[in-house]
Amino acid sequence: MTTFTAVENISRRNVLKLFGAVGGGLVLGSTSLAWSPMALAQDKQATMNLFVAIGEDDKVYLTCHRSEMGQGIRTGIPQVLADELEADWDKIVVVQGLGDKAYGDQNTDGSRSIRKQYHKMRQMGAMARTMLEQAAADKWKVPLTEVYAKQSRVYHKGSSKSLRFGELAVAASAINVPDVETLTFKPDSEFNFIGKPKTIVDMDDILAGTAMFGYDINVDGMVYASITRPPVLGSDVATLDDSAARKVAGVLDIIQLPVPKGAPLFQALGGVAVIASNTWSAMEGRKALKITWTKSVNDNHDTTQYLAELVERVKQPGKVMRQLGASVDSWPAESTINAVYTVPYLAHAMMEPPVATASVTTDGCEIWASTQTPQSTQKNVAAVLGLAEEKVKVNVTLLGGGFGRKSKPDFSVEAAMLSQKLNKPVKVSWTREDEIQNGYYHAISAQFYQAKLDNSNQPQAILARTGFPSISSTFAEGVDLPSAGELDLGFVDVPLALPQIQLEAVKATAHTRIGWMRSVCNIQHAFGIGSFVDELAVKANKPCLQMWREMLGEARKETLADQGFEYGNYGETLDDHPIDVGRYHNVLNIMEAKLAQQAPVQKNQGWGFAIHRSFTTYVAVATLVEVKDNNLKVLKSISAIDAGLVVNPDRLTSQTEGAIIFGLSLAMMGEISFKGGQVQQSNFHDYPLLRFPQSPEIEVIHIQSTANPAGVGEPGVPPVAPSLTNAIFAATGKRYRDLPLNKVLSV
Amino acid sequence: MTTTTQKLLVNGKDFTLDADPNMPVLWALRDILGFTGTKFGCGAGLCGACTIHVDGSPMRGCLTSLKQVQGKQVTTIEGLEAQKLKDAWLTHNVPQCGFCQAGQLMSAAALLKVTAKPTDAQIDDAMSGNICRCGTYPRIKSAIKSVTEA
Repeated sequence: MTTFTAVENISRRNVLKLFGAVGGGLVLGSTSLAWSPMALAQDKQATMNLFVAIGEDDKVYLTCHRSEMGQGIRTGIPQVLADELEADWDKIVVVQGLGDKAYGDQNTDGSRSIRKQYHKMRQMGAMARTMLEQAAADKWKVPLTEVYAKQSRVYHKGSSKSLRFGELAVAASAINVPDVETLTFKPDSEFNFIGKPKTIVDMDDILAGTAMFGYDINVDGMVYASITRPPVLGSDVATLDDSAARKVAGVLDIIQLPVPKGAPLFQALGGVAVIASNTWSAMEGRKALKITWTKSVNDNHDTTQYLAELVERVKQPGKVMRQLGASVDSWPAESTINAVYTVPYLAHAMMEPPVATASVTTDGCEIWASTQTPQSTQKNVAAVLGLAEEKVKVNVTLLGGGFGRKSKPDFSVEAAMLSQKLNKPVKVSWTREDEIQNGYYHAISAQFYQAKLDNSNQPQAILARTGFPSISSTFAEGVDLPSAGELDLGFVDVPLALPQIQLEAVKATAHTRIGWMRSVCNIQHAFGIGSFVDELAVKANKPCLQMWREMLGEARKETLADQGFEYGNYGETLDDHPIDVGRYHNVLNIMEAKLAQQAPVQKNQGWGFAIHRSFTTYVAVATLVEVKDNNLKVLKSISAIDAGLVVNPDRLTSQTEGAIIFGLSLAMMGEISFKGGQVQQSNFHDYPLLRFPQSPEIEVIHIQSTANPAGVGEPGVPPVAPSLTNAIFAATGKRYRDLPLNKVLSV
Repeated sequence: MTTTTQKLLVNGKDFTLDADPNMPVLWALRDILGFTGTKFGCGAGLCGACTIHVDGSPMRGCLTSLKQVQGKQVTTIEGLEAQKLKDAWLTHNVPQCGFCQAGQLMSAAALLKVTAKPTDAQIDDAMSGNICRCGTYPRIKSAIKSVTEA
């Protein structure tokens, strides 16, 4: 873990220089201070590579080095820091960290910000508090044990003496940084902020319309770009007639961008950029472009045909990835049940499309982007410009949603390339059509499940296969098998207590850019297993929840050892984040009790259930639907979530509410299809998202836990789709195994 | 398409700008006048992120041209006077990413202006044009109802 090796005291002179108006104080930060203050027009303070800084005016500057996209991390990280620091919440100022390796990982995805940062942030807060306490002890000439910090003041136990943090800051900054081993931490019972609901720190700006998103950046001398990218991956501009586009009012220039060879990586897609004096003129200019495109190897990609072939492939033996017990030969048909489930390609459709502003000068490059990954932005921009990475400064704005799309920095690369060519700042704004048609898609998939049943229809063994184009194909040409990391996501790690389990992967070639989207492969895998367990429950004539209980078996920590694969566990050890069947049971029990309190279902109504562990968090979802005359109405969704220790319970609830709506959107309406290699959808009319009247009553049960903090942003999504289709089965007796549902039901 | 002098009344202030009269108000507000609180989400009137008020009525800024608002009062989130509604948004911790919330507030404020005590169905109807990908609908509904029931 990156801890304090990179931390040092910063001299008062530096403090003064960096803080300007603040005047001086204690600053803890990394050694890398190569950045100048951030130039966001409306940013109130200079941004530095710091976790904790205190001004003489008592302001407490807390750096959030992770990206805010609605999950509340700009509030959560400061809550942890401020708690150990014993800061007064009203005095904190949240500083957004620039992209820099000194922070360690900054890629805000994988539901891991709090999971990975919780202990580190507590150490940073405790370290700063100790230095302030030491400064007070020195001043009063008393032992450190006689002083304590509380609410931005340090007090002397034996007298009425106290000093404000601001009065101690400069002296504290001259004190040697204490060793981590010497730090004392608050007991959980004394937490002021951790575990307490907090209003998000950006609330006022959002309500006033002054919150600064990537789309809102305006840099002096900036021009606006809108880019027509190749409609089929791998095609390039064959002919271009831009004469009409150049005549559009406001259009300043037309620049052709090269189409990269090889794997897509995070490269710019290429195409034709229209440069204008405003966004609208750039978009209008694009409409006047006349472009023909070269042929591509992906020209024949047709999802109807592709999915049909994938469905046939998962019915045939694949590569065995996990094996417990004897190898599966063939089971007599009369003692088996089997099913195939499919999920289409999906696009992220965050409300703010990708957007980045770049300014390339002789000194280097500065980027302002709504990015989940400032360091990858820095690296990829530096590479395309031929600059050293430290010459690329990446400012992270608020993100109008991310969901994984903004952890690909291709749009910042586009802005940098154009700024270099034009020698002025350029903002590249993607349209909705761009976002839908040139994405990094959640992979199209098929899953085959087969179980061997005993005489009482109880499953005795399971065989499953999954097939989808791998995210790895985005990074290495020719990859046509899912990676281990993708199979870890809800496929190989379901702790079924069966003596015989065989899990296989089948081949699938990529024809577009495949990327990760909120909860990633857990989407299709939870849909597969979540639907199949319900089918088994129906066959055995028992409730789905009870079938899960029986199939999970007794409470234990499942290691999955000696079954032919190494489980990644979201980058965590199984000691810190075990696959804890006891926690599954707890979630099951809580949901069972909740369901027992519900009113009896009416005609045409039904409840569905599913449970899934992902990102080391356990989530059960129960959904109540009504289906009348082929019209589906989702009436209620209940989600019970055990995410370990939670820093901001309100954001746990809000993220889980949002996850239900995200999951319903994809299950009911989400589909990206290809024909002739091109995406067929273009905007919210044909890639619809759940709207207000479709949104059910939602209840989130926050299961209190003292386990290590786990993921929150993503794990609410996977169980939603199977709980919905299971509910429809309960209401109608019809089993839907292919998403989305709007192909067969009115939603 | 030629650029001509356009007048625009935004949040009670007069502005003069050189722009194509067909330019959507959204882009004049954002790129020329610097009112970036009004967001772009789809450019096709499908998501409501660009909702503004024109003479008090909710309109999609991406589909409303400058020439359509000549002589009319344009209100954006920056000029929205709806403190009770904003307070309710805060009390219910409505926003997640926040990007769509200006449009949500503009639609909700417009609803309450004409219907002081909307039913659930009226709220659903009035808000159905505003998409929130983060899924803040339940909290928006609670916030609106808390204002009307106060």
